[in-house]
Amino acid sequence: MIDVILFYVFAAFTLVSALVVAGQRNPTYSAFSLIVTFCSLSAIYGLLGSPFIAALQVIVYAGAIMVLFLFVLMLLNVKEESEAPRKALAGAGGVLVLLFVVQVASALLKADVFHAPPGYEASTVGMAQLLFSSRFLYVFEATSILILSALVGAVVLAKKDL
Amino acid sequence: MLPSYVPVLILALVAIGFSAFTLGLSQLLGKPRPNPAKNSVYECGVPPIGTARERFPIKFYMICMIFILLDVDAAFLYPWALVFRDLGVFGFLEMGAFMLLLGGGFTYAWKVGAFDW
Amino acid sequence: MDLTAQLIGGLGLPPFLVAALAGILPAVLLITFMALGPIVYVYAETKIAGFMQDRIGPKRVGPHGMLQTVADAVKLLFKEAIFPASADKFLFTLAPCLVVVGAFLSFVVIPFGSRVQGADLNIGVFYVVAVSSLSTVGLIMAGWASNNKYALFGAMRSAAQIVSYEIPAVMSLVVVVMMVGSLSLKDIVEAQQGGLPYWIVWRYFPLNVILFLVFFTATLAECNRAPFDIPEAESELVAGFHTEYSGFFFAMFFMAEYTEMVVLSAVASVLFFGGPLAPHMALQTIGGVGLGPFWLIAKAWTLVFVMMWLRWTLPRLRVDQLMHVAWKVLLPISLALVVVIGGLTLVLPRGFPVVDRIVGWPIVLGIFAMLVVGVLRAVQWSRRRIQEMAA
Repeated sequence: MIDVILFYVFAAFTLVSALVVAGQRNPTYSAFSLIVTFCSLSAIYGLLGSPFIAALQVIVYAGAIMVLFLFVLMLLNVKEESEAPRKALAGAGGVLVLLFVVQVASALLKADVFHAPPGYEASTVGMAQLLFSSRFLYVFEATSILILSALVGAVVLAKKDL
Repeated sequence: MLPSYVPVLILALVAIGFSAFTLGLSQLLGKPRPNPAKNSVYECGVPPIGTARERFPIKFYMICMIFILLDVDAAFLYPWALVFRDLGVFGFLEMGAFMLLLGGGFTYAWKVGAFDW
Repeated sequence: MDLTAQLIGGLGLPPFLVAALAGILPAVLLITFMALGPIVYVYAETKIAGFMQDRIGPKRVGPHGMLQTVADAVKLLFKEAIFPASADKFLFTLAPCLVVVGAFLSFVVIPFGSRVQGADLNIGVFYVVAVSSLSTVGLIMAGWASNNKYALFGAMRSAAQIVSYEIPAVMSLVVVVMMVGSLSLKDIVEAQQGGLPYWIVWRYFPLNVILFLVFFTATLAECNRAPFDIPEAESELVAGFHTEYSGFFFAMFFMAEYTEMVVLSAVASVLFFGGPLAPHMALQTIGGVGLGPFWLIAKAWTLVFVMMWLRWTLPRLRVDQLMHVAWKVLLPISLALVVVIGGLTLVLPRGFPVVDRIVGWPIVLGIFAMLVVGVLRAVQWSRRRIQEMAA
């Protein structure tokens, strides 16, 4: 019972703050409310019985990526949006949102979302054993190449200034 | 919900309540008496020029970018550290290859001078 | 939580009330400990600073000036909080709350004893990392909302510094997790059972001593403590990110800083010094009462004392030196330790190596004893000087 209430509370937080991210004209405000979105998402992961992913969400997204976003905002010094919203873009966005809703709804109808195992707790050790088994060896090593290219890319982009 | 997380939730609520209560109390006890001079930006008595929200050097961006990448790496290290004994030499080499690639990137950033402020 | 439930359960209250009280009472206790703690720490800091600078320190309010910080806290509570006209009121108010809540939240996993722990999370160490990474956001929020150049610059510097030092800290935590094989702080404590020679610091001597030093340096920087206090460098940035804050809003940042110091010291003492475990088994309980909280707090406060000591010993680092230490010294060392200690753990049989149990702790304890003797002689010297001055 309390799970359901908590889920709806955090879901409401997620949705409202996500709407603020999109609707806010001041980019710094958007960034701060995106942090709220990430934190409430993390709480939902916790409710779903996966505390490791929840902590990861806070560390990587709320703690690291959002700091990067804020740094980039300070770097570019984006002031409030002054442009009036364009009608054509708004229309295209509406169509995309509609498509997205249809897709999510069809996925939800197919999946058995209403019968999640109660009291399920993802074992961090089990997850680790799966992740580092030979099954995901290639994907895991490929991740490091992705990270490497991002690192080199960031350095090259900023290099002129060094 | 996992039962072991109930105290975390309770503590979060009590902590939020505590900060709201003390800040509210201090607002009640110390009545704000604003005046323009008091509310001006503190800049050692000199009137500030322009806004404070100026552009910042790109170094901050780069440090943060490298931090994120190493943070993701550390996030992989934690589950690995839990099971690396059972994985044995295979797991050690697997993580070794991962770290070696990242170490290459780190050395490159070092040599290029990314860490010289 | 179970312990409180048992204690309250004896009173014969209805079950739902017992459950509610068992949850809320420890939380309130913890918050009181954290909220009143800074009063003690600030007094200790002013006294230590006074001693190290050959002054007396506070002495007017109460015996030996002990009520000085109480008076300061009351003063701050009654003071008006100024909101700068150009500040963003909402974020300006939210930032100190966020910083304080973030600092308080990490206390929940600290094991004060085998049964005195807010919550034994199975991701314990990872939880501490997650919660403490939130404080960066609070700092940037404070700096940005103030709309003050010093504040924003201090916040940016502080964020860059915390972010840089978080990597060595996180890496050294990984090493401990590797040795123990669990993220839960309770398991880490249990792995050190058996008294002083079994503490993790002297395992693989001297590798873990280096590891501890890396972690401790990184935590110093994460608390923005001297010598890493460039984000609040008084001589150039007024007060850094909290320049515009006054009254109790300022006190909140203060509280968060001291709480963070204590939390990270407590984490360090759990990871390296056995946490609530006594140096000798016989000292663990006296007359059936567990002394876990005493040992943990004693160890944490010793580390806090070292932090305060360092503040008056080392000069402040420049920004470029700061980055140099983080990325070119601490990070390579911690990465090397991950590999070396990982390899050793893999090769050596499980359990505590016998050699380390014999070799490590006498050396480190010898150094510790020398430090204690040094402090005592300094105290003696200063006593004599005060008497000379009086004469």
